[in-house]
Amino acid sequence: MPKDGGIGASTTRREDVRFLTGKGKYTADINVFGQAAAIFVRSTVANGVIKSIDTSAAENMPGVLAVFTGADFVDVGGNPAGWLINSRDGEPMKEPKRPVLAHGKVRHVGDAYAAVVAETEQQARDAAEEIIADIEELPAVVNMADALAGDNFVHDEIGTNQCFDWGWIEDNRAATDEAIKNAPHVTTLELVNNRLVPNAMEPRASIGTYDAGNDAYLLQTTSQNPHMTRLLISAFVLGIPENKLTVIAPDVGGGFGSKIYHYGEEALVLAASKKIGRPVKWVADRTESFLSDAHGRDHVTKIELACEKDGTFIAFRTTTLANVGAYLSNFATVTPTFLHGTVMAGNYALPHVYVNLKTVFTNTAPVDAYRGAGRPEATYSIERVVDMTARELGIDPIELRRKNFIKPEQFPFTTAAGLEYDSGNYHKLMDKMENLIDRDGFAARRAASEAKGKWRGLGMNAYVEACGLAPSNLVGVLGSRVGLYDAATVRVNATGNLSVMVGAHSHGQGHETVFPQIVADMLGIDAQTIDIVHGDTSKIPFGMGTYGSRSLAVCGSAVVRATEKIIAKAQKIAAHMLEASADDVDFTDGQFTVKGTDKSVSFGEVALKAYIPHNYPIEEIEPGLEETAFYDPANFTYPSGAYACEVEVDPETGKVTIESFTAVDDFGNVMNPMIVTGQVHGGVGQGIGQALLENTTYDENGQLLSASYMDYVMPRADDLPFIAVEHSDGTPCTHNPLGSKGCGEAGAIGSPPTVVNAVIDALQSGGKNITHIDMPLTPGRVWAAMNNA
Amino acid sequence: MYAFDIERPSTIADAVKALKDEDAQALGGGQTLIPTLKQRLAMPSALISLTGIGEMQGVCLSDDGAVCIGGATNHATVAKEAAAHYPGLAGLAANIGDPAVRNRGTIGGSLANNDPSACYPAAALGSGATIITNAREIAADDYFEGMFDTALDEGEVIIEVRFPVPEKSHYQKFVQPASRFALVGVFVAKYSDGVRVAVTGASENGVFRWSEAEAALSADFSAAALDGLSVSANEMIADLHGSPEYRAHLIKVMTGRAVTAAA
Repeated sequence: MPKDGGIGASTTRREDVRFLTGKGKYTADINVFGQAAAIFVRSTVANGVIKSIDTSAAENMPGVLAVFTGADFVDVGGNPAGWLINSRDGEPMKEPKRPVLAHGKVRHVGDAYAAVVAETEQQARDAAEEIIADIEELPAVVNMADALAGDNFVHDEIGTNQCFDWGWIEDNRAATDEAIKNAPHVTTLELVNNRLVPNAMEPRASIGTYDAGNDAYLLQTTSQNPHMTRLLISAFVLGIPENKLTVIAPDVGGGFGSKIYHYGEEALVLAASKKIGRPVKWVADRTESFLSDAHGRDHVTKIELACEKDGTFIAFRTTTLANVGAYLSNFATVTPTFLHGTVMAGNYALPHVYVNLKTVFTNTAPVDAYRGAGRPEATYSIERVVDMTARELGIDPIELRRKNFIKPEQFPFTTAAGLEYDSGNYHKLMDKMENLIDRDGFAARRAASEAKGKWRGLGMNAYVEACGLAPSNLVGVLGSRVGLYDAATVRVNATGNLSVMVGAHSHGQGHETVFPQIVADMLGIDAQTIDIVHGDTSKIPFGMGTYGSRSLAVCGSAVVRATEKIIAKAQKIAAHMLEASADDVDFTDGQFTVKGTDKSVSFGEVALKAYIPHNYPIEEIEPGLEETAFYDPANFTYPSGAYACEVEVDPETGKVTIESFTAVDDFGNVMNPMIVTGQVHGGVGQGIGQALLENTTYDENGQLLSASYMDYVMPRADDLPFIAVEHSDGTPCTHNPLGSKGCGEAGAIGSPPTVVNAVIDALQSGGKNITHIDMPLTPGRVWAAMNNA
Repeated sequence: MYAFDIERPSTIADAVKALKDEDAQALGGGQTLIPTLKQRLAMPSALISLTGIGEMQGVCLSDDGAVCIGGATNHATVAKEAAAHYPGLAGLAANIGDPAVRNRGTIGGSLANNDPSACYPAAALGSGATIITNAREIAADDYFEGMFDTALDEGEVIIEVRFPVPEKSHYQKFVQPASRFALVGVFVAKYSDGVRVAVTGASENGVFRWSEAEAALSADFSAAALDGLSVSANEMIADLHGSPEYRAHLIKVMTGRAVTAAA
């Protein structure tokens, strides 16, 4: 068997050949014969009444084919939220309509209220400048506390800026309150989880093509999940029957969550194409990405940790305001609730957890899931307050965590936040991390830093997260309006090579390499004879796409199930060929062999027989060799880790530099260690970006001040340290066939508190009594904190 | 972008003539202008590219030992060719932007634009350089007139910048982490007749000389000479990346580091 291409091999990513040599084909690279260009006209004010829009001049500009405003879409549906969340009092959440184009009111800077379609992009831009919109600017609601206190509503028709007031678990509230009231020690921390712009390398783009001959539509678009986009457009927005709409997401240059969602631009290009009878293409520029992609995070939280004097944890209690922006994006209601509140027990076996969370409408871009989606917010709150508690009690931060960890023998363990963690060994992870970082040598390293005028700090973190979204029955109970299975079709071609159609979408994750490794391993054949087909609803089975670290755990499991069906059928065919009973035929290393004999046929010979079924048991076995499986997981997967980081702070300037970073993760069984390491690198890079660099700033009028790379600080190579990554020897997931846990978001979840804990440690070592600084810990913020301490 | 014509004159005379059209715009390396055009924030009828003018290219030494840099010389060339003659200036050029910026952006373009966070204004003012245009010679002390404002007249072209070479010099830049422009940049140059200290990135009025530090350092060229001095936060820039107080503080820190590095 080709072990070098099977499970556990660090096979080089085959897709990188085209990505790194400029041969990738992204939506913007696609040009369709006869295509026209669409440009969107976006609000420059955060809140305003659209009194009138005069499009007559624009319509008469050279090359203009059509002009659209919100009035053209009043009769089509809104873009819905995917989860229905109920408030603590049982009231369902407020769901204002999210239209294709703003109508009546604009609600954030960047809110599109008109679109121009012209022969060329330049002509469309020229015409867009001739649209005369009379928009009466109103005061903007930007700050969440102000939004809840005032009577200036983002959506007048709902009469409140609160989407819902959620409690998790509401029945635990009284007991948690009582436990905290009686606790010997309570640490309280107020913190902000800073708002981020996802900044995928490729801006969003869409091409809509209406085929009048078949009354059918094609949407080529930057999506992480083409079937879900099709479902949303078909069932909710435009009402195009699913069988008349094909959605193709070709190569996609990163998503990080922002391309999960259906956006109005996709509906517009489809409707415009039908109206003008030509394909319509739109490609966002970077400014549009900043203004209109769904942003991430944006929580304001108060967390309390109650414990005994010896550090035994009693309760976590949080109150959080979570910004959803001006409209509910598709996952906006689940991200701060079930992807956040349910993991608020962290790695700890404490008896009480209670989360209260209010979601708030503001005149800002929609906020939704961004790499980690709720779990970074939870981990940051927990691991910052645990660190602060250790300092207050004078207990070593690693020892305090060890003392309260769920013990290895306690798994499966149901936490006080209601999830059942299937497997894990947090003590072992912490031990490994402590060994890797040479903790004993830290004092000497700190002294060396001090000798050159720098303060050195060591920060630690333990995290566990819930990913691999998700058991459909469970999420249905929790309010999901969709199922979260995935699907795969394994097609063995007549000549023995394979095409595997998968519901997950790869936009950097490496599916094209890893899924063949799995199939190759199971079939004992060369992985190079297997190709993945993804991203095209006309070719693949109905899958739910890629987000929530689910591709391997859910779709990979579907690949396993489909391949098992292939083997089962092939075994019957082989038995016929070998004139034996199927029970007497073994399958190893790509060969079917009659037990105890040297009679065998290869997998390739069986495949050929399936398609040329001469001398074939046609009444018992269908010809062909193609199987589909849908896989619905029994539980989330629960990756966990122990991270550490050392920083230096320059006391003169406040500048933080990361001197070392160590990530020890438990991802269960690892399919391709190199790719997993790359996922951790990327996640840690984004987490460091959140901790030290990135911030999304709206002014009081709702203008986005950080709307370009001149002001929004993306992490660059020289901002990042060498990242030591260790993920061997994990505890396998107990409920999926691969034993694997999701790895895509872990780095972004585990790293922000690690970095902040390290900076606080450094400042304390410099004699500054600073217990917290809100992210990002920019030089200016650190310097200001030092000067106030 | 809006449509425009582009001209590529090969002589200064032709460039000056082309720039007489009031809607024409001089184009150096385009590192500021092109992004501005892409955002449709400017609408020139014609761009007059200066980088094809041979007499505005390159680095040389004048008879009195000054380093003379053609107005259309890019930063990478200055970093390389001025290194032996004026390492402080070459070091500054070597750290502007990134390699793409350094191989397109020009000294004349930077000084004509006078971005309050650009590096070159600090070198020019800190060196007491002379800005030579097609029409006249302007002392650096008379050239910088505030944020994005200079003594240049409409259509006037910087053809050369002449830098007297100091005994010691250094430029310390504390970068704005997004743009990598200077949040605060300080150029310190020690001449036989005194020390010049020029600060960029910090003031709402653009590059300026810190005269108290100049006096102190002229008496004693060491970081310790700055003890007791401070910079007022008045009229310092406030933005997402730093408060006026922070910038004022950084001026002193960066000045001290520049002196230490130069000494």
